[in-house]
Amino acid sequence: MTEGSRISIWFFIGMLLTLYGIIITTASVYDVYHPFVGRETVLSNLNFGVWWGILLTAIGFVYFWVFRPWKRKNP
Amino acid sequence: MQNGTALNGLMLLFDSGSLLKLSWVDSLVIGLYFVFVLGIGYYLLRFTKTGEDFFLAGRKMSSWVAGLSFVAANLGSLELMGWAASAYQYGILATHWYWIGAIPAMLFLAIVMMPFYYISKTHSVPGYLKLRYGEQASMLSAVSFAFMTVLMSGINMFAMALVMKVILGWSIDFSIWVSSITVMVYVVLGGLLSAIFNEVLQFMLIWLGALIIPILGLVETGGWTGLVARVHQNFPAGDYTHLWSTLGSFKDNPMGIHWTGIVFGLGFIISFGYWTTDFLVVQRVLSAKDLRSAKMAPIIGASFKMLVPFIVILPGLLGLAVIPGLVGQQQAMATGAHSYNEVLPLMLARYAGPGMLGLGVTALIAGFMSGMAGNVTAFSTVWTYDIYRPLHVKLTKNERSDQYYVKMGRWSTIVGVIISIGTAYLVQQFASIMDYVQALFSFFIAPLFGTVILGMLWKRATGAGGFWGLLAGTLSSIGMYVWVKVDHNALGIIALSHYAKPMADDMYRALWSWLITVIVTVVVSMMTAPRAETELVGLVRGCTEIPSEGHLPLFKRPIFWAGVVFAVFIVLNVIFW
Repeated sequence: MTEGSRISIWFFIGMLLTLYGIIITTASVYDVYHPFVGRETVLSNLNFGVWWGILLTAIGFVYFWVFRPWKRKNP
Repeated sequence: MQNGTALNGLMLLFDSGSLLKLSWVDSLVIGLYFVFVLGIGYYLLRFTKTGEDFFLAGRKMSSWVAGLSFVAANLGSLELMGWAASAYQYGILATHWYWIGAIPAMLFLAIVMMPFYYISKTHSVPGYLKLRYGEQASMLSAVSFAFMTVLMSGINMFAMALVMKVILGWSIDFSIWVSSITVMVYVVLGGLLSAIFNEVLQFMLIWLGALIIPILGLVETGGWTGLVARVHQNFPAGDYTHLWSTLGSFKDNPMGIHWTGIVFGLGFIISFGYWTTDFLVVQRVLSAKDLRSAKMAPIIGASFKMLVPFIVILPGLLGLAVIPGLVGQQQAMATGAHSYNEVLPLMLARYAGPGMLGLGVTALIAGFMSGMAGNVTAFSTVWTYDIYRPLHVKLTKNERSDQYYVKMGRWSTIVGVIISIGTAYLVQQFASIMDYVQALFSFFIAPLFGTVILGMLWKRATGAGGFWGLLAGTLSSIGMYVWVKVDHNALGIIALSHYAKPMADDMYRALWSWLITVIVTVVVSMMTAPRAETELVGLVRGCTEIPSEGHLPLFKRPIFWAGVVFAVFIVLNVIFW
């Protein structure tokens, strides 16, 4: 997917996942201290949202960085 | 490959209020998704100049992108919701539609059929029929495909709007217009390239959004063993966790089906018909950059398809374990209880906190939009190249420029979406239309597979044989459908058992219509003059030189990976026997 000067789809995916990761991590951390009223969930004690948000950020950033369009391309 | 029962159920729950309440964080997550898919479409406009760019994404896709797109295009409107509901209703038997109902066919497409599709340089499945059998068979296939595809797109659109209404309380009009205009804009701008880019994005989001349920569900139930124990405890009379052991008799399983129906009807005819000849999915593979990538794409797709039950079937089984009181739609309406058609959003609400819920809902929307874009791009290609172009050339004796056909592709995308919107509203008024259109779609799949496979593997098949075989198979399928509608006892004759249930009807109808297609094609072909072998080069096995892969290392050969995927498929079936 790096044909010509086209930006790779994986770059867009990385960017979106990074943004999602940051949003979900922030919201989930906030939720730990100030729970959203009426949105109690099962296994909330595991703080799954925090971990999932961090995972999304990490995966997203790897894709974002590896497929960044300003990187010099190999012939 | 849709699940009409789930949609019918949701329609009955239409006024029951929303299941989920989104926070502003969830709305932000969903909003970002729409910004990205439209942005990608706008960005790709500059790369979509020729017909090959617009209709075949320039034939430059890697095997991974084509393979993921191949699977994502199938994750249509009711795939996630419908099969999770089916898993709650029928248990693990629903997995057959993902394993035996997909994997062998996808591998067969990769290894046996892809060389002919790719080497012939066809732009579509009707395009292959034109090269192999001539105008008549191609036009019959193209018109039926275009008509059904655009109607199915409308049904998918309505299904998505209904799901959003039920789980989020969104207005039907809002969902229909926002989703259809979004899909229309990004497909008109970037054609198949844009659709494929977005399908890969959507595929990632579907997984990352839907994985929440199986992970936390298995934690709650104590893993697979705990899940099975809880299901047996909640439903001691039924067997919901075995794939094959209950299929020895029609009356031993909740689907009312025999293993022969699953193996031959679903696993052979329906599955092979859908995965090897439905242009909606085949178009994605035709966009691959070379033959090896085109062969690898369905194999990569098959490996991911094998995992989809983890996010679709497992949530239904987990529902049986942790929320055992869900009922059928009629009972839900009468008692106010939740229906099993709602099992996926209920499980999402059970585990997903702020932001995570938005991601889960985005996964559902992404699934709906990838399916819709698949329909629209396939319609646009078949209309432009297989219906409009031959008719125009025949009537005017003039060929138009490539740019003209790109413009036609863009306009037919817009028209296709408008017809889909019209169909969506029509279905809202007359719900029974949905059942008929889904049935109509199924009429063409099995016979088309018979026609294409004979065309590829038997050089004696003639144009007349192909056309009359396809027509006879399609008409016989319609005939059997009407027969069962008029006289329900006919189901026992078609499915070879009076214990058979409607699910078995589809399997056996497909089997008989395929056999009729093959028999008629063979008989008519033997009575008509064969084509010269020189005309069949690139189209038929035995007349076509398939490029050797002998020089490649083992791990780069498609046949090796097909073997690996098939071995895993066998092991999975044995584990869950």
